[in-house]
Amino acid sequence: MIEIKNLHKSYKMGSNSLHVLKGINFSVKEGELVAIMGSSGSGKSTLLNILGMLDELDEGSYDLDGVEIKNLNETKAANYRNKFLGFVFQSFNLINYKNAMENVALPLYYQKVARKERQEKALKYLEQVGLKEWADHLPSELSGGQKQRVAIARAMAAEPKVLLADEPTGALDSKTSYEVMDLIQKINDQGNTILIVTHEPDIADMCKRIVHLKDGVIIEDKKVEQVRAAQYVQ
Amino acid sequence: MFDIERWQEIFDAIRKNKLRTFLTGLSVASGIFILVILLGFGQGMQNGIAKEFENDASTRFGFWTNATSKAYKGLNAGRSIQMRNENFDYLENKYVDVLDSKSGVFRVRNALIVYKKETGSYRVEGVTPSFQILENQHMLSGRFLNFADQKGKLKVAVISKKIKNELFKGKEDPINQYVAISGINFKVVGVYGDPSERDENRIVIPIATAQAVFNGADKVNNMYFTMKPVADFEEAVTQSTLVTAQMKSYLQEAHTVSPDDESAIGSFNTLEEAKRYFNLIDNIKLFFWIVGVFTIIAGVVGVSNIMLIVVKERTREIGIRKALGAKPWAIVGMILHEAIFVTTIAGFSGLIFSMGLLEFVGPYIEVDYLLNPSVNFNVALTTVFVLIFAGVVAGFFPAWKAANIHTIDALRHE
Repeated sequence: MIEIKNLHKSYKMGSNSLHVLKGINFSVKEGELVAIMGSSGSGKSTLLNILGMLDELDEGSYDLDGVEIKNLNETKAANYRNKFLGFVFQSFNLINYKNAMENVALPLYYQKVARKERQEKALKYLEQVGLKEWADHLPSELSGGQKQRVAIARAMAAEPKVLLADEPTGALDSKTSYEVMDLIQKINDQGNTILIVTHEPDIADMCKRIVHLKDGVIIEDKKVEQVRAAQYVQ
Repeated sequence: MFDIERWQEIFDAIRKNKLRTFLTGLSVASGIFILVILLGFGQGMQNGIAKEFENDASTRFGFWTNATSKAYKGLNAGRSIQMRNENFDYLENKYVDVLDSKSGVFRVRNALIVYKKETGSYRVEGVTPSFQILENQHMLSGRFLNFADQKGKLKVAVISKKIKNELFKGKEDPINQYVAISGINFKVVGVYGDPSERDENRIVIPIATAQAVFNGADKVNNMYFTMKPVADFEEAVTQSTLVTAQMKSYLQEAHTVSPDDESAIGSFNTLEEAKRYFNLIDNIKLFFWIVGVFTIIAGVVGVSNIMLIVVKERTREIGIRKALGAKPWAIVGMILHEAIFVTTIAGFSGLIFSMGLLEFVGPYIEVDYLLNPSVNFNVALTTVFVLIFAGVVAGFFPAWKAANIHTIDALRHE
């Protein structure tokens, strides 16, 4: 599904150049649930941004579902993002003047899905994350965990090839974190490919594979026995 | 533009950002409002001036004579000039196609008017029947002089309301009574009123009678004319100025007066004066336009200012939308579409409100030189479209900039 070869990325900071990613080789198969771990500054967010086409690579190659991602302009990137990717952010990034259902329906608007169908689909995904009754609530009326579940529903609504989550539990307490991870695991169980960036070991342990990044290189890449989050959720 | 989905997106955004929308709209609506009101008042002043000139016969022009001030062709300066009937007849015939009303005036000097025991000293003038129109007199009772009076050199007189009050003490009906003018009896046939108080100090009698009875021979003191109406004001001014000048040259030639002797033959032309007023009005209107245009510019600046804020406020939202697959043009389109919609609605509200105000309040305004302020609908409409267009241009650049911010930067924006 994802194939990355010899990925380099550096940022210019004034006259200095900061080499963030120093030759990453990395691949993800369909249906995997991968945690990308590392301390801050290890380059894990940069890697996720490049995977999410929010940022461009300097060197190397990136194939997503057999399509080579290169020479991106904003329009092309927007197209690919809409077709291939779903995002979940640490800070939820819901649009505050739209209710839960409208937020979930938004990616479908950009897929030119008709309004009625959009709403039906949005409700279906809200139901999956257990928030159907909250469909007409604004984000400000939802708790952190609920917001993140709406965000996950929104990411799933576009039926992406890959779900990218950047610290999805970073702003949540541990109980809510487990609820969110439980949801992510269930989505993964349905066969969806998911990448999670996190620095919390217990969250990483709930994935099927952990990739450890340090100073821009992968120092460890191992399959793990998945800890089910359901056991922490009543 | 006609994408219903886009409209729904925009209505969502507007409904949830009422204050922002209201403020944008207000700056546009007030700009249009002020412009329309200013233009309306410009028009109102023009109407007012036109009305003022309507009171006098507005195309009137005329001639009078004085002593010459320059020696010419061997004749001394200081020679007094006297116009004659033949001068009047010549001009009347020569310009018969363009002249409307015309009258020579013969003034009877030092006339004492007596009715029974009452006496008074008034101006007595011999005139033609057209004089009523030239002076804008209206009949209160009886009739004005007619051609039969003229032809028969009848001793008839028309007096003013003021004279009636003074001589007849307001009690008796003066019609068919006789008043003595310098000892000669004239039958009163009518009473006139004049818009100007000063002009009511006058008794008019047929010019033919006046010349015959008061030893006037064929003397004429003044001549007054009006032009036939011409639709175009500029043309009317040009024509009447030209005719006035031509008549003046004829009179100068007929009486052997130097062409550059300004005092011997005097002339006036109401239309030229009116033109001066209208020029003033044009300048005032131009000034109003300039003020109005600056108001509109202020409105446009307001719109672009708000657009800048809107875009900044929505940067994060734009980032989210882009992460979800919105293309830059979709973002620009969304922001502009909203801007156009708000500007249009606000612009037309301002237009309708201001025009409504002019329509309903305008006719009740009663001030000198200001009458029925109104505005040309097409002009106002054009202004609204200009404003909308300017709003689009003003909104485009921030929108384009926002749409091209790196998604990741937009998402980090707080």
